[in-house]
Amino acid sequence: MDILKVENLSFSYGKKEIIKGIDFNISESMVLGIIGPNGSGKTTLLKNLSGYLKPSFGNVYVLNKNIKHLNIKEKAKYIGYVPQDIFYDFDFTCYDIVMMGRTPYLNRFQSEKLEDKQIVRESMEITNTWQFKDKSIKELSGGERQRVYIARALAQRPKIMLMDEPVSHLDIKYQLEILNLIKDLTLKGILVITVLHDINLAAQFCDKIFILKDGKIEASGKPKDVLNVKNIKNVFETDVVIFEDSETGSINIVPYLNRREQLKVV
Amino acid sequence: MKIKKSLYFTAAFFILVFSAILSISAGAVEIPLQDVLNVFLGKGTEINKTIIFSLRLPRLIVSAFVGMGLSVVGTFFQGLLRNPMADPYILGVSSGAAFGATIAIILNLGIFGLSFMAFLSAILTVFFVYTISKTGTRVSMTTMLLAGIAVSAFISAIISLMMLLNHDQFSRIIFWTMGGFGLVTWNNVYVSAPIITVGSFIMYLFSRDVNAILTGEESAEHLGVNTEFVKKLILAIGSLVTALSVSVGGIIGFVGLIVPHIARLIIGPDNRYLVPFSGILGAVFLILADLFARVLLKPMEIPIGIITAAFGGPFFLYLLVRSKQKSERM
Repeated sequence: MDILKVENLSFSYGKKEIIKGIDFNISESMVLGIIGPNGSGKTTLLKNLSGYLKPSFGNVYVLNKNIKHLNIKEKAKYIGYVPQDIFYDFDFTCYDIVMMGRTPYLNRFQSEKLEDKQIVRESMEITNTWQFKDKSIKELSGGERQRVYIARALAQRPKIMLMDEPVSHLDIKYQLEILNLIKDLTLKGILVITVLHDINLAAQFCDKIFILKDGKIEASGKPKDVLNVKNIKNVFETDVVIFEDSETGSINIVPYLNRREQLKVV
Repeated sequence: MKIKKSLYFTAAFFILVFSAILSISAGAVEIPLQDVLNVFLGKGTEINKTIIFSLRLPRLIVSAFVGMGLSVVGTFFQGLLRNPMADPYILGVSSGAAFGATIAIILNLGIFGLSFMAFLSAILTVFFVYTISKTGTRVSMTTMLLAGIAVSAFISAIISLMMLLNHDQFSRIIFWTMGGFGLVTWNNVYVSAPIITVGSFIMYLFSRDVNAILTGEESAEHLGVNTEFVKKLILAIGSLVTALSVSVGGIIGFVGLIVPHIARLIIGPDNRYLVPFSGILGAVFLILADLFARVLLKPMEIPIGIITAAFGGPFFLYLLVRSKQKSERM
């Protein structure tokens, strides 16, 4: 059974078509990276997959259920979302924040049950945030805050977790920490789809990559297959050299500016 | 943590009871506690009975409920807008109500007419602000805030013009806009108490959702919260409660702004505790403000809006400075 199936997905803001007929299906848990230049529709695609935006055409199926027909609470049981901008201008403790992840399972008159508390604790332990449980979210560093929000999405017990540039504001140490955590989530059977800015990190951590250009999937496949000089030149309009890295087993993509070519233009 | 919270609630409740008793006992005529007790036991003098049952008790109840309502609405609006400056009047309720009241005073419509006009035009104003800030099915809170300010400014200009043209009613209009419970009767109690209670309770049911909205509207939607519905519902009920409060007591400033902040500093941001706590503090605040309004320059009464701003402003500043020092120490 496909975890996620996307059929002819299109989306427009007003008259401007942002996503232009995307098709794909994924049947096993993995880290799927979406890369592409600014304005190529990465975030919009993610929000269509989560059901926050309603596609103009096409359908999204999660475990064979069309998300169009799921109500907002049911959707939240299947799909977790870690937003790019996290607000933290309030004094909620980290425990309270993660407990919000149980919202889809609680009705208005219900208070948290033992099961919810166990799931919250488990989610916080996986993300290594349990020690912050009584701390205010304000007091944490960016990387720690990101982990708390991942714990919250995890507490929703989702099948799919969507992340919009989860590491772009962080130091290298935290970037690796978060990406490692994301990788671990796939072992729990969760499909992680993440927008990434850094092509090298994407190459190292993703099992599969979509390169997006003008609202279409330009190339898809294993990092080593899709991240080649030709594709990157085509999509990012940048020259790169690519090295095989025996140390990490990954590839290293280094952009360079062809000064001589530029000088000719001048 | 739980124990600490219930301690705060118990304390707040005792302060509420204490302020209520104080407010019944003190006033233009002092009624000693023993006599108050006698009246409630059915043994008091006729004059004390009249003062307590037909003047002070309805006034106490209405000021408590209005204080509660405004504070609860303020708490929710601050949460929904994620803006600490938000209060129950941001959507134009106050200027709308003042507009209706001004017309009623100029046309000499009497007390009931005044309340009704204030209520009606407050609701219409909010509805207008809401309609112009809606795009499709979504409501942008920022647009709404700005539209509220613009509409309020416009209406205030018209009110000023009307006051200028009806100079003889100038002081009555000003007096009304500064708020007061001097004309409250049992009829006001019967209307405002149940509506404010039910309204506050319905909003309270959405505390958890508003908690999630505090972490971002989009983010809340991904947690399974129907943000658009919650926003619309709370805006509608909140405005109704506010309009009703204003129509009874005039435009009492500051309560709906500072009480939620004070409550938040004490009990934290979780709306499931914050909302009821803020409601109790709001009731206490207005009961005491009304008491001061009656006794400070007795037998003359001061409009309650002057008291709430004069006491609330400095107290709030004190809290701000203190919490700033606290966060610097951290």
